[in-house]
Amino acid sequence: MQQTRSVEIGTGLFVLLGMSALFFMTTQTTGGEKFSASETFEVEASFENVGSLKPRAPVSMSGVTIGRVTGVSFDPVTLEAKVRLIIDSQYDQIPDDSDASILTAGLLGSQYIGLQAGGSETYLEQGSEIYFTQSAIVLENLIGKFLVNSGSGGDE
Amino acid sequence: MRGLFRDIYNNAFEFVRTFGSFQLFFLRLIRHSPRMVLRRPGLVIKQVYNTGALSLVIIMVCGFFVGGVLGLQGYANLARFNAEDSVGTVVALALIKELGPVITALLFAGRAGTALSSEIGLMKATDQLSAMEMMAVNPVRRVLVPRFLGGVISMPFLVAIFTCTGLFGAHVVSVDLLSVDVGAFWQQMQLSVDIDDIREGVIKSIVFGIVASLLAVWEGYNAVPTAEGVGRATTRTVVITAISVLILDFMITAVML
Repeated sequence: MQQTRSVEIGTGLFVLLGMSALFFMTTQTTGGEKFSASETFEVEASFENVGSLKPRAPVSMSGVTIGRVTGVSFDPVTLEAKVRLIIDSQYDQIPDDSDASILTAGLLGSQYIGLQAGGSETYLEQGSEIYFTQSAIVLENLIGKFLVNSGSGGDE
Repeated sequence: MRGLFRDIYNNAFEFVRTFGSFQLFFLRLIRHSPRMVLRRPGLVIKQVYNTGALSLVIIMVCGFFVGGVLGLQGYANLARFNAEDSVGTVVALALIKELGPVITALLFAGRAGTALSSEIGLMKATDQLSAMEMMAVNPVRRVLVPRFLGGVISMPFLVAIFTCTGLFGAHVVSVDLLSVDVGAFWQQMQLSVDIDDIREGVIKSIVFGIVASLLAVWEGYNAVPTAEGVGRATTRTVVITAISVLILDFMITAVML
């Protein structure tokens, strides 16, 4: 009987240790910019170029994550990229003339959407659209512009 | 010349036959599994203890040093690009997605798989399995199924423990010894490890657990009932498990990517 008891205790400890290891892995090594809110509202924004923005990218305002991107699609009528994003319902006082730009976290980091508050008295709500947007910076375009500028500078 | 062809034909035929009976054996174990868990959970728990809890020491020691060496190598090589801060990312992704499941499966084959197959092989060699059949006890259900289930249950836990001790080892080496910033270590890791990566590791650990315990039980059950046969079965367990785990690892990674 004594032996069965020690087997049971050993097995129990082993399984508990395994479960806590799994728990540690799922909670401590992942995450970072995880966004979870029970109540959200969805808004849309059109961008000329979204760069490498992906669904689940964070939406942040003043550096705080307030939502995330749920979908990126191409609108064949306006010929622009349409980005759908959800924002936590507790932030229901964001002016609807706020400006959305696609930014990069760090030098090689992933892209996210930064919102810059506007001055309007009406607020973003379910289904509204952000009109002022700024595209992602594409490195090749930037280098191209730089080359053109330095070329014309040399002629003078 | 004709003899050669006949040999090849016979060998190929034998291979297909073995493979087929292996599948049937798997199905037999699966069919008896739910009943064993419900009726005789004590037997399964005993095997979880034998294969899982008793493997803890080797798993934790190896995990610690694998994580430590990853931390060292990661630090030394990332320092060339001034990217030491990413060492947490490198270690965590390597451990969670690849090294955790694969090395644990190899260690499992060496520690628990050999024990299983030699135990079962010896039971067969000393006619214990036949004696059970004489008493109308089904040896597949009474002996093989609990051992198979014990391995399948312990494997994911062993992998998780291996990965966590590995992270601890990497933390000790890179943060405490090589003075990588502790905040950078964890934050870089958390930014780039996704829940999908962990799912990949868990799927691998479940598949490897099934494969490793199935092969161990199979080899033991089909051992030639002599001292030499049991020894050969034990060796085959390790060799075949290692090969199948590495091939399956490649296939799962290719599918999940």
